[in-house]
Amino acid sequence: MNIFVCVSHVPDTTTKVQVGGDGKTIDPSGVTYILNPYDEYAVEAGLQLKEARGEGEVTIVCVGPDAVKETIRKGLAMGADKGLHIVSEPRDGFGTARAIADALKDKAPDVVFCGRQSIDYDGWQMSGLLGEMLEIPSVSVAAKLEIADDGSFAAERDIEGGSETITSKLPAVISAQKGLNDPRYPKLQGIMQAKRKPIEDVEPAPYENRVEVIEMSKPPIKEAGKIVGEGPDAVKELVRLLHEEAKVI
Amino acid sequence: MSILVITETRDGQVKKAGYEAIRAAAKVAGEMGTEVTAVLFGADDAAAKGMGGYGAAKTVHVTDDRLALYANSAYAKTIRQIAEKEGADVVMMPATALGKDLAPRLAVQMDGAIAPDVTDLVVESGDIHAVRPVYAGKALIKIKINSVKKIFTLRPNVFSAGTASGDEAAVEAFAPELTDDDFATKSTGTSIASGKLDVTEAVNIVSGGRGLQGAENWNLVEDLASVLGAATGASRAVVDAGWRPHAEQVGQTGKTVSPNLYVALGISGAIQHLAGMSSSKCIVAVNKDKDAPIFQVADYGIVGDVFDVVPALTEELKTFLA
Ligand SMILES: Cc1cc2nc3c(=O)[nH]c(=O)nc-3n(C[C@H](O)[C@H](O)[C@H](O)COP(=O)(O)OP(=O)(O)OC[C@H]3O[C@@H](n4cnc5c(N)ncnc54)[C@H](O)[C@@H]3O)c2cc1C
Repeated sequence: MNIFVCVSHVPDTTTKVQVGGDGKTIDPSGVTYILNPYDEYAVEAGLQLKEARGEGEVTIVCVGPDAVKETIRKGLAMGADKGLHIVSEPRDGFGTARAIADALKDKAPDVVFCGRQSIDYDGWQMSGLLGEMLEIPSVSVAAKLEIADDGSFAAERDIEGGSETITSKLPAVISAQKGLNDPRYPKLQGIMQAKRKPIEDVEPAPYENRVEVIEMSKPPIKEAGKIVGEGPDAVKELVRLLHEEAKVI
Repeated sequence: MSILVITETRDGQVKKAGYEAIRAAAKVAGEMGTEVTAVLFGADDAAAKGMGGYGAAKTVHVTDDRLALYANSAYAKTIRQIAEKEGADVVMMPATALGKDLAPRLAVQMDGAIAPDVTDLVVESGDIHAVRPVYAGKALIKIKINSVKKIFTLRPNVFSAGTASGDEAAVEAFAPELTDDDFATKSTGTSIASGKLDVTEAVNIVSGGRGLQGAENWNLVEDLASVLGAATGASRAVVDAGWRPHAEQVGQTGKTVSPNLYVALGISGAIQHLAGMSSSKCIVAVNKDKDAPIFQVADYGIVGDVFDVVPALTEELKTFLA
């Protein structure tokens, strides 16, 4: 089993976002970066698949500058075997997928896992882009997954009001949703071993970014709301305001 | 050169998010001197004509039983064939579970790119610029797609569908050319909780947090929701505690919602929760802590105990709405 897990190096969720000097990206100073939370489910899925088969190799893939090695090592500390670092500044989802697809094309992946979305650009598109670029099936937002020995699989994806079962066959790209598994915490031994695991650097061939940020701004600050009152006594006034002022009832 | 809009049906019914996308696209098309062609999978002829009421000049009605259930490659290939036939460079669709899965495969098929989960569209210097939240809503970006083919997915409930006019769209049946390979990935069916509104589709939402203190108190949330015809939501703390299913979780690791009215009961308003609901049109919070961050985003707040305030609110609304 040749398993790849695409991970993203993202600002911690609690980071205060400030627009940087270029007016198009965030100011990175003082920002702590983490392994994208959804990608933890993807790494866990890769490790569990390898364990279930009793053979195979899990490779963590990340596109980015030098700093992303830190995030690749987090995946290695969880138990992945090696890293593939595509040394390039990601600018949009399309270009990032292109760089990954180019790097994986000759590596005959059996399965590529990724997270349902990265929590920086929230694009929800990597699995579909990669699937189409690699010309293999893709399933997004999988909250359950069963892979048979012959490589056929059924995934349950979350949809409005319930779930949808998708069947397909490996090789495939699958994006992970919360609920797929419980990601393991790296143990001290894993963290020590991760330092010695190999990370291959690749320079991508020139590829195209297709989406351009014109400007980044902070959302308009909402005026702090009106405290209508305290306790049940305020209920009548609230209902009046919802009807007459907000016009939502 | 029309703008294609992909609509979505469930059990033969067109979803509201599809009408919203037609209306939003019609506005853009008007400014660019073109028209909207809707694409409808399944449903009936009346639904195809009905797209006209929201601003579509024409509906391409896909009539192929193999597409009754979703298959991402087959859908993408079908839409590509329609776009080629119509000479359409721009495709819009709702950012639903289906739209988000389909758009990337379509983008590669059409050799274009996606602006995902857009909350505003503006035509500037003859080009479509899209606005979308990033970093869990902590920033907004305005973007443009530089490839010729452009795909936009639109966040549900943000663009208004308005009311349907009596106009009817011209209808053209379309039979795609597909092979078995296009069905390498297919849906074998859906399981939908009956009688339950999903938070992403609801006009009103009542959500509960840890302040409710336990699953056994959820009747407070449900009673209020039923009076308002609302879906029920929950914070992550509640979902992690097993009081509510993950499908109800609102926030960064849950669902993104944009209802007209969002009522937050006993929810602190952590940044990850706000990420999922701050684009709601009107936010009401009930919390006993007057300094809870939820009051920073709420339009109206009541400081108080949910166990006192919520039953009173439910009663008052019952009388008011009767
Ligand atoms: C990576 C990551 C992702 C996350 N994703 C999400 C997400 O998607 N959605 C989400 O919601 N959270 C998410 N969280 C968790 C988030 O940080 C908060 O922990 C969570 O939202 C808190 O839920 P809560 O407000 O219900 O509970 P609490 O923080 O415990 O707040 C309970 C509130 O209820 C009030 N209260 C208590 N008793 C009463 C009473 N009797 N009457 C009235 N008010 C009362 C309290 O004053 C308090 O404000 C995420 C966290 C991380 C780290």
